[in-house]
Amino acid sequence: MSLHETTTAPAVHPIVAEQDLLLARHAVRAAAVAAGFDLIGQTKVVTAASELVRNAYIHGGGGEIEFEQLRDDLGRKGLRLTVRDAGPGIPDVGAALTDGFSTGAGLGHGLGGTRRLMDDFHIDSAPGRGTVVTVTRWAG
Amino acid sequence: MTAPGPARVPILRLGDVLLTGLLDDLDDKSAVQFTEELVERIAAEQIRGVVVDISRLQIIDSFVARVLTEMASTGQLLGAQVIVAGMRPAVAITLSELGLELTGVHTALNAEQAMAKLGWGRHVTS
Repeated sequence: MSLHETTTAPAVHPIVAEQDLLLARHAVRAAAVAAGFDLIGQTKVVTAASELVRNAYIHGGGGEIEFEQLRDDLGRKGLRLTVRDAGPGIPDVGAALTDGFSTGAGLGHGLGGTRRLMDDFHIDSAPGRGTVVTVTRWAG
Repeated sequence: MTAPGPARVPILRLGDVLLTGLLDDLDDKSAVQFTEELVERIAAEQIRGVVVDISRLQIIDSFVARVLTEMASTGQLLGAQVIVAGMRPAVAITLSELGLELTGVHTALNAEQAMAKLGWGRHVTS
């Protein structure tokens, strides 16, 4: 893995109401454009953000999304998203990453599919401790 | 709290076909209301086909995919064919990588081709 540094101050958006899902999508789209993503890259990043933000809203009872632009030692730009909630947490993270698994309103492809859309995927969750998902995608 | 109003998505009727479209800023609640309104109209107006233009949608996540899949299967149960038209290439690529197949949903390149699939020909007078 190449070294990378953050090039912009992290932007944080709350996820507390239905309309925050749309606001977060628009903000992540703008950040992806600024990071130099092509249309397909933008679409993948925004779709991943939408899945994670909805999970935090529906399963986690709300939370926040933070995103920051990255640059690695080869000069590539990227975007890292961190979505946090203080909800009940996920008892079995492995099962939650399996396609077809869902305890809520989705098709069960949210987490597993999101992992495929991004270059790097990390989830930290346990019962009673909430969930933090951190994902990164590099442009070009 | 206010009672949920109509979904604010225009649904046009052309004979026994409904023509409608989704915009990118549709929120989850409105999407569900839209589906309910569409299903009620299919039943009440004996609709044979529905064309849902999605060319304005910049993303389809698992929630929107579920809305479209359920809309298609419910329409089918009521005897109407639902055709989703105009998916953007970037959306199709992402949807496929996400692992969503929109099972049972008929698609068309654009609304005009969807209308043709439902038997609406272009009438050219000479």
